[in-house]
Amino acid sequence: MNNKDNSYLDMELLRFTTAGNVDDGKSTLIGRLLYDSKSIFEDQLEAIKKTSKQKGHDYVDLALLTDGLRAEREQGITIDVAYRYFATPKRKFIIADTPGHIQYTRNMVTGASTANLAIILIDARKGVVEQTCRHAFIASLLQIPHLVICINKMDLVDYSKDVYDEIVSSFKRFSSKLEVHDVSYIPISALNGDNVVDRSKNMDWYQGTTLMHILENVHISGDHNHIDCRFPVQYVIRPHQLEHHGYRGYAGRIAGGIYKPGDKVMVLPSGFSTTIKSIDTYEGEVKEAFAPMSVTICLQDEIDVSRGDMIVRENNVPRVAHDLDAMVCWLNEKPLQQNGKYTIRHTTKEARCIVKEIRYKVDINTLHRIENDKEIKMNDIGRIHIRTTTPLFYDEYRRNRITGSLILIDEATNETVGACIII
Amino acid sequence: MHNYNLPYLKELESESIYIIREVAAQFEKPVLLFSGGKDSIVMSHLARKAFYPSRIPFPLMHIDTGHNFPETITFRDWWAKEIDAQLIVRSVQDSINTGRAKEEKGINASRNVLQTTTLLDAMEEFKFDAAMGGARRDEEKARAKERFFSHRDEFGQWDPKNQRPELWNLFNGKKNQGEHFRIFPLSNWTEIDIWQYIAQEKLPIPSIYFSHERKVFTRDGIVYPFSDFVMMKPEESAETMSVRFRTVGDMTCSGAVVSFASSVDDIILEVSVSRVTERGSRQDDKRSETAMEDRKKKGYF
Ligand SMILES: Nc1nc2c(ncn2[C@@H]2O[C@H](COP(=O)(O)OP(=O)(O)O)[C@@H](O)[C@H]2O)c(=O)[nH]1
Repeated sequence: MNNKDNSYLDMELLRFTTAGNVDDGKSTLIGRLLYDSKSIFEDQLEAIKKTSKQKGHDYVDLALLTDGLRAEREQGITIDVAYRYFATPKRKFIIADTPGHIQYTRNMVTGASTANLAIILIDARKGVVEQTCRHAFIASLLQIPHLVICINKMDLVDYSKDVYDEIVSSFKRFSSKLEVHDVSYIPISALNGDNVVDRSKNMDWYQGTTLMHILENVHISGDHNHIDCRFPVQYVIRPHQLEHHGYRGYAGRIAGGIYKPGDKVMVLPSGFSTTIKSIDTYEGEVKEAFAPMSVTICLQDEIDVSRGDMIVRENNVPRVAHDLDAMVCWLNEKPLQQNGKYTIRHTTKEARCIVKEIRYKVDINTLHRIENDKEIKMNDIGRIHIRTTTPLFYDEYRRNRITGSLILIDEATNETVGACIII
Repeated sequence: MHNYNLPYLKELESESIYIIREVAAQFEKPVLLFSGGKDSIVMSHLARKAFYPSRIPFPLMHIDTGHNFPETITFRDWWAKEIDAQLIVRSVQDSINTGRAKEEKGINASRNVLQTTTLLDAMEEFKFDAAMGGARRDEEKARAKERFFSHRDEFGQWDPKNQRPELWNLFNGKKNQGEHFRIFPLSNWTEIDIWQYIAQEKLPIPSIYFSHERKVFTRDGIVYPFSDFVMMKPEESAETMSVRFRTVGDMTCSGAVVSFASSVDDIILEVSVSRVTERGSRQDDKRSETAMEDRKKKGYF
């Protein structure tokens, strides 16, 4: 065999999440994407054909493909974030499949936290509903760079342009209150495949592209911050082998900016300045490094640097403070405690904090602030003020998703209980 | 203009290296589970990259069922030396000899389940608090929801309802005394990614991944290697075929595929057009639709 094909070597990776109300057709849509892109294996197809038949369906239920755990199979609903993988000749895709019902805001936040793009499904018969607003709000809160609104089940509304237009304008009205940048709208039928991978023959009036076209072509290299240099030190490499005696490298993944050997840098929190001697990888030294590369930085001067420190540029430093304000999404059954103490994980740093104040809670359906009820329970979102024991080096989340995010950990149970977006 | 976009294999690599470093930083005594298969080869290669020029700061451990392909064992020992890593081997046979585990009987007997006991005992023996495994989320339905950092209670059990949310790249490895973590740095890789990476990095792999002549027999549509460890039914007979293996589990439950792939590039072509998942040829998952999930709850990987 000599038709060797190495084109995959420059393929890009797109991470996206799907949100929709129960029964809006999310599982069917994902099944359709997997099926039409030929990412389903024969044994998987056989298994779902068998199950479809047992359930008495006269069609192959593509939704079964994304069913995970036994509990879900029994209840017939998705209850947790599941990750799916597929590829086309253009790109690799990771789907964070998150369930749609009210009590699972936490799952959508989890799935959205690493996504470049979010698909929000709307049932054409129902239009924009409370949940749609919630999904859009979460997408904007988590600053997912690209948003695709799929108006699904168009087959059930006679592929009507009017229905579609009405839904688009009502979504636009609502989302004008949100911080969303790149929004597309597509009328689809997940069940029949219209405008998913192949262009619909039933909607001549629609001039836009298919969903797959967007997934394959949306511009994602700008999704990382390549301006503000942020290198959280993750691990200090000090070999014990004789031949590398004296080597001291700071390993980590670049969170922002572009680093080059010779750059003048400053180390936080000490404030010492030095220059970058080399940027090392297993393959050898590199001339430049940018997010999200994992590299090892060696510095010209011997200064004390450890995990949790940050290497930045002198003229562009993050905020360094004990106090910060954040939007928190609560993930745990035990509500957020005002004046409660939590462990924080922020970049590679661990600290302790106290929640000084719960400023307000957000009604995620109307986006109104609720000032009189400040109890933040599971799946609630609110604004809090935190004070930490040691200073954090952070940016606004909208400037950098890595240095602008942190999690709260319950000190008694060790569970991850809060997801914070720094403002 | 300069394109600041990483090709996907570089991005996956960077993510895995980040996770492996996070494990070394957050845990006291991590271990990397090494089976000699392609996933654990990739994982140990990533570990080597993560700490270069230092040695890998944790040992590799193989849970040897005694039913492994001899080719894999030879490869394992050679590779550990090659990457200058410490290798620990603990065997299921010892667990059986000491009465800790009981051999399955019958025609489809396998030692796959018994590995759990040996593994948990070894974790205890060395006081390992984190074990990295090469499992991928694309392998099986129950794995699609697995976290990178998977918390296990004192009994090594997994509770699918009670998993910690994992957001951004913030991993929470906090735990109580006696508890430990399973960590899956390759979660986001697919089978084809692994092969493409092996090609890109020119990694060596055990010979059984390539097409070779072997005595095999067919049961329930699956081609199995003939060995001393399998019992054949009277109506079954062994024949010689040109085969290769997509996974290197036990000889008792690894199905072979008829193949003429003799290089990694051939394998990539074959896998790209293949219509069966690699687990499709594993007998241990066929026992019931939720086989994997049930085993995971008991502490299997
Ligand atoms: N007519 C029609 N039915 C659809 C479409 N998409 C999904 N459905 C049906 O709607 C129901 C719910 O779909 P499912 O994918 O399970 O929804 P989920 O709860 O969002 O995952 C199923 O009966 C699907 O067959 C569509 O485009 N047209």
